[in-house]
Amino acid sequence: MSEAAVVHTYESEHEATSTGLPNTKLAMWIFLASDVLLFGALITTYVVYRGRSVVGPYPSDVFDIPYTSVSSFVLLASSLTMVLALAAIQRGDLGRMRLWLLATAMLGMSFVGGQVYEFTTFYREGLALTTNLFGTTFYVLTGFHGAHVTVGILMLLTLFSLSFLGRLTQRDAMTVELVGLYWHFVDIVWIVIFTVVYLIPTGP
Amino acid sequence: MEQVETSERAPARRVGRVVRHPSPREYVRIAVVLAVVTAAEVAVYYVDWVHEHGLLIPLLFLFALIKFSLVVLWYMHLRFDSRTYARFFVMGLAGALTLYMAVLLMFRTFSG
Repeated sequence: MSEAAVVHTYESEHEATSTGLPNTKLAMWIFLASDVLLFGALITTYVVYRGRSVVGPYPSDVFDIPYTSVSSFVLLASSLTMVLALAAIQRGDLGRMRLWLLATAMLGMSFVGGQVYEFTTFYREGLALTTNLFGTTFYVLTGFHGAHVTVGILMLLTLFSLSFLGRLTQRDAMTVELVGLYWHFVDIVWIVIFTVVYLIPTGP
Repeated sequence: MEQVETSERAPARRVGRVVRHPSPREYVRIAVVLAVVTAAEVAVYYVDWVHEHGLLIPLLFLFALIKFSLVVLWYMHLRFDSRTYARFFVMGLAGALTLYMAVLLMFRTFSG
């Protein structure tokens, strides 16, 4: 496959900086690196305490892998729509950008809705935040992730609104890229959570 | 009346540069690969042979690593952007992995 078929180029503008890189984008990457530490702590806590609950319900009693798999597909699909929104604003197609931004927000809302349903179901099955170590570590980890997704949805809807007010044009492609970086980060965190929390079996 | 002199910040100089990013078609191709890997990840979970031969965890980590790398390199553009961004991200990732691996070893998480 030729490089030309894979890559497209566009003109990006930002304020002159000593690094030659846009400060906002550098700051976003530093923020994401620090967020790795936050989620690392939560995932590690879950792993340290896995299988150490002395009373049920245990993960095998409540997890519904097909259901969570669908949620994972939804979040992965939202990453695609996010990059398509970015590509659209980079070529100045604001209509398509709005469409993809809205699609991303809707997929994000489906994911969060699914998580709320999952939490409600688990609670009805007897798993509360203080029931056992599994409940505490599971709700805190996935709850923090859900909160991140919710913040991402708010950012997406803000961009969507700004585009109608004429405050999001092709020159502001960097803003969409920054929100996109945050959104993809939430996606990669879910990739790890889905594997470590849901798919790796825990006894009993 | 004495006139008070006010200093206003000079407007920042803006610079332009050409950015290379994947094309929409390439984004869709990556999405297809991500979907296939996720499907494979879920499928191996249900294969008894994989469980019996102790291959489940290595396979799951391999699939997660593939998905993680694809999103970071293509969707987050680390393959195309300045390496400075990658350095910051890898620094955070390496720091977290080192720190939390030490915690897991301290709690004897891997000793069963």
